[in-house]
Amino acid sequence: MYAQMVKSTGHGVKPLDEMDPQERAFQERIDAGDKIEPKDWMPDGYRKNLIRQIGQHAHSEIVGQLPEGNWITRAPTLERKAILLAKVQDEAGHGLYLYCAAETLGVSRDELTRMLLDGKMKYSSIFNYPTLTWADMGAVGWLVDGAAIMNQVPLQRTSYGPYARAMVRICKEESFHQRQGFDIMMKMANGTDAQKKMAQDALNRFWFPSLMMFGPSDKDSVHSAQSMAWRIKMNTNDELRQKFVDQTVPQAEYLGLTVPDPDLRWNDETGQYDFSEPNWDEFFDVISGNGPCNTERLNTRKQAWDDGAWVRDGMLAHAAKRKSQGIAAQ
Amino acid sequence: MSNAPELPLWEVFIRGQHGLSHRHVGSLHAADAEAALKNARDVYTRRNEGVSIWVVEAAQITASAPGDKGPLFEPANSKVYRHPTFFDIPDEIGSM
Amino acid sequence: MSDGLFQFLLRMGDNTLVLGHRISEWCGQAPGLEEDIALANTALDLIGQTQMWLGYAAEVEGAGRTADDLAFLRDVWDFRNLLMLERPNLDFGHTITRQFFFDAFHVLLLTRLQASSDARVAEIAAKSVKEAAYHLERSADLVIALGDGTDESHQRMQSAVDLLWPFAGEMFAADDVDNAMAAAGIAPDPASLRAEWQRKVDQVMADATLTLPESQFAHQGGKTGRQHTEHLGHMLAQMQWLQRAYPGATW
Repeated sequence: MYAQMVKSTGHGVKPLDEMDPQERAFQERIDAGDKIEPKDWMPDGYRKNLIRQIGQHAHSEIVGQLPEGNWITRAPTLERKAILLAKVQDEAGHGLYLYCAAETLGVSRDELTRMLLDGKMKYSSIFNYPTLTWADMGAVGWLVDGAAIMNQVPLQRTSYGPYARAMVRICKEESFHQRQGFDIMMKMANGTDAQKKMAQDALNRFWFPSLMMFGPSDKDSVHSAQSMAWRIKMNTNDELRQKFVDQTVPQAEYLGLTVPDPDLRWNDETGQYDFSEPNWDEFFDVISGNGPCNTERLNTRKQAWDDGAWVRDGMLAHAAKRKSQGIAAQ
Repeated sequence: MSNAPELPLWEVFIRGQHGLSHRHVGSLHAADAEAALKNARDVYTRRNEGVSIWVVEAAQITASAPGDKGPLFEPANSKVYRHPTFFDIPDEIGSM
Repeated sequence: MSDGLFQFLLRMGDNTLVLGHRISEWCGQAPGLEEDIALANTALDLIGQTQMWLGYAAEVEGAGRTADDLAFLRDVWDFRNLLMLERPNLDFGHTITRQFFFDAFHVLLLTRLQASSDARVAEIAAKSVKEAAYHLERSADLVIALGDGTDESHQRMQSAVDLLWPFAGEMFAADDVDNAMAAAGIAPDPASLRAEWQRKVDQVMADATLTLPESQFAHQGGKTGRQHTEHLGHMLAQMQWLQRAYPGATW
């Protein structure tokens, strides 16, 4: 998902009786549904994994501002402009909440930002795809936010307190995002021929990249198993992907749009849809830097960071002067 | 890329519409208290969540240590008589 | 009168439309997340005010147009915003200095408009003035912090002030429309706002250790529509593109 390729530092899940007493007590707290809080003892691997996962999640939110930000100045009505801007602003807010959650683990927001800009930390593959028409604003809200919500709702119950609380706040705000996307799609799908064509084209381009958001199949992954034991991952990638397809296909039908998968069909036996796997070679290309927009996205973030340096330094310098004047005046 | 000093972290507390106490809602970065207050308004009250904001620099907060949980909080467990349900009051007395 | 009122409402709505558009360009690009979110709030306020001013303008015109028609289907010569507001953002310092100059004016104007003889104008002003007052607090704080910050931030803020100063005078230049509005008690004579604006600006400049240029030269032509800068056409090309490319579609 937003943290789709987090490699665990663990080597498979250690059985309880092989753990030392501290680690065992920790695991038992998690099994009992306790929340782990910042000052609690935690295994190094748990801390490192969480930093990577929350960091990647936060980076995805702020890089995720860009594909939609791309259309704010071209939104077709004043109301659409306001809705889109409020939505993209929420993404910045979500990034902020998540960076703060990561900061409770002993890494600063600026350190995380540097790791993103140096390419040492990743963000979700989906944001390396271009937004080419207004219908893409609909498709991103409907599909990308729809996929994100599927992952984020269970994360409200994750074991790390600050992460869980950030997710509660995010989920509360997120519910309008998918709806505004679907609302755009409805307008397009019921609009002129050109608008219908735009809507179908957006679905064609965003369908498989959205399925990739859940990450590759993790049936046999030891990393996944460890993260699930720690309750920082709540469902397997395949479970969530299936759930997403089952939920989304009827919505596409309602819109009168065709999901671009000739092998998609309802399976009476399993009670769910059979569908084609996305092209995983493409996924690994995008993740490793060769997506259509990787360079632009990262450069935009770098430029914002570099151009903002004098502002951040100026605010700090002024605050320091005020403080010393205040002390001198006393 | 510079390793410039970072804007300090602030904790934000907001009192909502219903007259309850200020409640911790999250954190943010700001150069000083005034900026933190404004940032808190912009970040944490976008959906009409608050009527009053407190900010405090995170470094100024003293927190209890998890290791002290036992001595700090367990002694209260045995003082069950502090809770109204400890006392059996006959039904005919009515609400009390 | 109704054409005068229409022109006045276009000025109010085009100012907020054009500035809101410029501020929205910062989304995802600001110096920090907190600033990013705050700028988006400002832009959202301005877009909301645009809907009210242009919505009322369309009613007054009585030609069956909507606020969206006015925003998305007029060409450069029909726009009535101040030249300062259509200028590109350049850096954060330029953006914030422009915001401060405008906010200080906007608050004074909206405050007076609350007593307008036109009830709708008074109503829109009453809602907008609270938003503008917050914008002013924020932009003034930032001008002071960055003017007084580091050598680099000071120098950048001073160049922004120098660059923008010749555009400040247009806010206070009265013409026939303004005179008619003042005579009807709908809006104040903009020249009457200047002294108080100057006091606020002087005080903030002093705290920010910045100096205003001596020159009183003022570029004009935005609020009358006589001669905009080249920048507005590019902004409209972007803003209006979808409406122009797919006429009659609903979004």
